[in-house]
Parts: sequence; C-alpha cells; structure tokens
Amino acid sequence: MSNLVIKAEHISKQYRLGMVGTGTLSDDINRFWHKIRGKEDPYLQIGETNDRTFKGSSEYVWSLKDINFEIKEGDAVGIIGRNGAGKSTLLKILSKVTQPTTGVIKTKGRIASLLEVGTGFHPELSGRENVFLNGAILGMRKQEIARKFDEIVDFSGVERYIDTPVKRYSSGMYVRLAFAVAAHLESEILIVDEVLAVGDAEFQKKCLGKMGDVNKGGGRTILFVSHNMPAITSLCRSGIILENGRQVFSGPIKQASDIYLATENLNTEKKVVFSGLTDEEKLNGKKAKIISLEILNEKIYYSDTIRINLTVESAIEANDLVVGVGINTLSSVRLMTVENLDNLLSIKPGEPVNVTIELPSVPLAPGGYTLAVGMRQLTYNVALDYLPDVIKFDVETTPSTIHISNNPQLGLRPASNWRYS
Amino acid sequence: MSIPANENTALQEDNDWSQVISPKVGLLDLRLTEVWHYRDLLWLFVRRDFVAAYKQTVFGPLWHFIQPVFTTIMFLLVFGKIANIPTDGIEPIVFYMSGITIWNYFSTSLTSTAGTFSANASIFGKVYFPRLIIPLSTIISNLVKFGIQLVLLFAAMAWYGFHGKNIHFGFSWLLIIPVVVLMALTGLGLGIIISSLTTKYRDFNVLIGFGVQLLMYLTPIAYPLSFLSGKSYAKWVYYNPLTPLTELFRYALFGKGSFSIESLCYSGAFTLIALSIGLILFNKVEKSFMDTV
Repeated sequence: MSNLVIKAEHISKQYRLGMVGTGTLSDDINRFWHKIRGKEDPYLQIGETNDRTFKGSSEYVWSLKDINFEIKEGDAVGIIGRNGAGKSTLLKILSKVTQPTTGVIKTKGRIASLLEVGTGFHPELSGRENVFLNGAILGMRKQEIARKFDEIVDFSGVERYIDTPVKRYSSGMYVRLAFAVAAHLESEILIVDEVLAVGDAEFQKKCLGKMGDVNKGGGRTILFVSHNMPAITSLCRSGIILENGRQVFSGPIKQASDIYLATENLNTEKKVVFSGLTDEEKLNGKKAKIISLEILNEKIYYSDTIRINLTVESAIEANDLVVGVGINTLSSVRLMTVENLDNLLSIKPGEPVNVTIELPSVPLAPGGYTLAVGMRQLTYNVALDYLPDVIKFDVETTPSTIHISNNPQLGLRPASNWRYS
Repeated sequence: MSIPANENTALQEDNDWSQVISPKVGLLDLRLTEVWHYRDLLWLFVRRDFVAAYKQTVFGPLWHFIQPVFTTIMFLLVFGKIANIPTDGIEPIVFYMSGITIWNYFSTSLTSTAGTFSANASIFGKVYFPRLIIPLSTIISNLVKFGIQLVLLFAAMAWYGFHGKNIHFGFSWLLIIPVVVLMALTGLGLGIIISSLTTKYRDFNVLIGFGVQLLMYLTPIAYPLSFLSGKSYAKWVYYNPLTPLTELFRYALFGKGSFSIESLCYSGAFTLIALSIGLILFNKVEKSFMDTV
C-alpha cells in the first residue's frame, strides 16, 4: 500500500448561495464570535445536499459531502456524475484552486491540472509566447518548455501560425495548442476536466491517445472527468460516481459505468403510480398488480425508520398474498428483504388495498439505493408482480453520523455491542 | 485501482506525502519558496503586460511620455501660476515632473495590485500558482513605466543644465533606488490588503478610486514640504508615510528636501507593517476567494 499517490479523507465543500451583502457580514461576525470563544463554526451544522431540482430553504449547500477515496500510482480514475454532482468542485479542490471546507487530501508528487484549456492565453501574444506563458502558469520552468517546444508545436499541428497572435486562431487551433502544452507537462498526477469537448473527433482521439500514453507508458496517474462514457471506460481502470455531492460508488470502471448508465434513467421521485389492471393484462393471466408505490419519508437519514406505502389491485379474491419489499445497492445487489409472511394480505376484485410498511431503524450506510417490490400468492407460490429498482432513494448523513463512511460498498451498518476485556 | 478509504487503511502509517490539502493553514505559512519556484512565470507576466499593452497602438511606449508631460503642464498652470506655490528653488518643470513620476509609480502600483483577485478571477479559478506572482509582476512592470518617465525627467534636467541652470548631480542619485523600493513595497502592501478585502466586500473598490486621489493632495507632490512649515494643517501631511519618501526622492534628484532620519524610519516601519499584514491577509484569502469573488 506504499504506492498510494492520492488519499482523500472526508472531503466536504460548503457553498453559500445568494448574494454577498449585509447578510454575509452578519454571518461572518457570528462565525468570528463562535471562533474566538473556541466553538465550532455554526454554519457547518446546517446546509442541504446540492439538489437543483427543488428550492431549498437553507442558504448553505454542500456541494461535496464526505468524499473518501484512495488512488494508487499509475491508476487512471474516471470521475462520473451528472451536471452539478460535484465533479468539478472535487477537481478544483485537488488542483488547489479552492479549499475544502472539511477533510484532508494528501498527495504525492507534482499535480498538473487541466480544468480548462488555454488558461492565461493572451489574445494579443503569438502562439510561441503563449506556449511559454501557459506552460509557466501550469508550473513548468522556462528551460523545460524550451526543451519540449518542438514536440508541443508538432503535437498541436499549428506550426505555420506559431508566430501569429492567438486571437487570429480558429477555436480548434487554439484548443490544439493549449492541450499540447498541458499534455507535455511533466507531472506525476494529471487531472483533466472535460476539456476535450471542443476540438474535432480526430483531435479528441489524439488527446485520449496521448493521455493513454502518459498513463500506461509513462506510469503516471490520471484523474479524468467526462460525460463521454466510452472515452472514460477506454482510458480509465477505476471509477468514482458522484451524485448530488456524495460519493455513491467507487470501484472498477466497468462496474461504475454500468451503475451510472443504469441509474441515469432511474426514478428519483418519491412516488410512482402505475396504471390499474387493464383488460389486456387480465387476458394475459395477470391476476394482481401493484398500482402505486411511495416512500413517505421526506428524507432518509442513517438509521431512520423508512415508511413505504403501496396500493395493490387484484382481479381475483385471495387471502394469502405475500408482499415483499427489497432494498438493493445501485449495482443491483440485494441488501435486505422484508415480507408480510405473518400477516398475509386479503383482497377482493375491485377493492384496492392500501399497504403501509414500516422498516424501523434501517442501518443503511449513507449513499444511493433502489427499492424493489414484489407480490406472490403463498398457496401456489406464483409471482404476481415484481418491480425491480423501481424507486431510487438516498440515505443522507446527519451531523451526528458524519463519522459513518459514506460508502454503500460497506453494506449495512447495524447497531452492535462491543466488549473489551 | 481505487479502494474505499475505510477505517482499516486509515491506520496505515504513511508520512512521505509531498502535499497536504486541508482547510487549516497556519497564519504565517506564506510559502515564499513556492514563489521562487515560479519566478519564470513572474518574468513572463511582466513581459506580457508590457508587450500586450502596446500591440495595435501607434505610439507604443511613447504614451508614457505623453501622460506626465501634460500633467506637468497642468500642475505648472494650477499650482505654479494660479496658486503661486513656490518650488523650493527648483526649476518648476522638473519639480512637478519629479513629483508626478514618483506618485504615478506609487498610485499605479497600488490601484493595479488592489484589483489582483477580481481582475484575475478567470485564471485563478482554473489553475493554481502562487497568487502573489500577479501583484509582484504588476509592481515590476510598473517599474518599467517608471523607468521611462525617469528618463524623461533626466532629459528635462539635462536640458536645463545645458541652458546654464544649476542642476544637481552626484552620488545622491543612488538614493532613488531605496526610495523606489520602499514606494513599491508600500504600494504592494496596501494593494494586497485591499485586494484581499475586495474579494468579499466590493466597497473597498470604490474607496480606492477616490482614496488615491485624495492621498495625492496629502503628499508633497505639487508643493514642497517646506512650504507647509508653521501651518496648522501641516501635521496631516507629516502623518502621511509617503511624505518623507517623496522628499527624499527630491533630495536625491535636486539636493533639496525636508526629511529627517526619524521620519524615514517611520516610513520604513509603515511599509514593513503594511507588507506583513498584506502578506498574511493575502495568503489567507487566496485559498478560498474563488468562492466569494
């Protein structure tokens, strides 16, 4: 384990929304007042997860919450997530552009980060002057750039225009030159944000090829953010999935991309309603159906009681229906199942039954999960209805449970008693 | 591959990390060695500032002559002719020109370093390098402009000397160097204090605009300090730490100026304090300003 190059522990980043104004000043004064009395920052206790889809009540949001990972030397790691999941914030913290609110990242070796191509390019200066300027901004020494200058120009393919001001460049040429500088940086760790979206397919391929060389040939570590899943899976060996600022998965890239693609279309609404039994379904032999499913909790925290409500409709009369609810990880591994075996459901045609299920203090580690529901008739042991991964839900961290690692791979976290003697 | 950082791996001892990123940073951890490592970038920024400023201009660096010449004519008219303020026995043209040259250097250094964070937010948001490089490069590139104006001043003095006027010449000219260094560091210190404060509260941006203008009248630029002796409001000009520096600058050039060792020590102490506060504030703000700017 001695060849770890990046180790992130409990990284969180809180942002304050809204305008900076007198409110900021009073918050600052309050924060300062807590600080001089040796108390904790009062605003770290609050804050909501970063979900754009609803308007929150707090001015403070957690853009990243409790991120932990370790990266070994020579690894290529893809960071996957939707817009606003916190990918760029994480890269910004790793590149020292901004500071984490809590947590520590330890790194080994020089980090070159490419959050944007052509940072610091001055439109009035020539390509040659900009190569030196940009290289120096990225942390290269002058002689290092001079040594690699020909290689950089060659890679960029803009040799003819190298003494022309870059404001005369086409955007493609601009990006080519800028990426070429960054790609020739000698660093142990290379961080690349979605910068390849610009440039044509041929150049993108060239860039990915270069990054592959750097990683596999040069043995350097790469962190790569992209929405281009084929690019990520071909370049990276492991993946981290972020969702609303939380880390929901970290592991082999194949698994990560499967989970990401599978969860991309999952329902995150709290309630789903299905059509009732249609004549066609009855003709096909469907006898009963779950017609609605809802998670009643506003939010689910670690060790909360989860309340689920569902409605069952039946075409037959039965008094031995078994209803089951299961909780899966995002990689569709069943973690737990509950059934009403000692309290079977009776139902008549045309009289839907509303079922409320309580799961007391569920020890799910904070993270993303899916809900599966099913129904069968005990006597004949035939499945009547089964809906896998029908609702996706999140288990959140509370301030009092922040020490519980935010990692669903650790499975359930039930209460336990420990004795030492 | 990446594996979850759980309690087991946390136990492992590993001390050879080259860098630790955490929210807690010592107040005095200024990392000046890092600035040294990026010295090439410093020169490239200076070069960029100079080259880029005159692209697509006809007169190029000549513009640096035009501004002080016109200001000198204006001062000559307003302070010399209308207000009739004496110039310590120095030729009025070179007297005003010297004041304008040193004041221009201070005021441009102050106002341009004061905008460090807001003007460079787009670069700072994308890449890390020691932020101090930017204000340092600013005061150095302003030094080039100062040099050009100083050449103009010497040319004017030579012209007067050629025409039989008594022009001071001697080793005292070497005193220009410490004056400029102190001016640069005072401008830098105050500038980075203001740039650190403006990241969150833009009020200081407004303040600097007219503050610099008012400060000029409290500095003996358009009048000699000797003119104030015995006047009740003179103390406000004495409190100004730039006053002894300006007088020393005139002494260096013309052999005439009112300053004392104590007043120079006062200026030096002020510079040191402003610079220390500035560096500490700047260092603290540079890590999180992206979230507030």
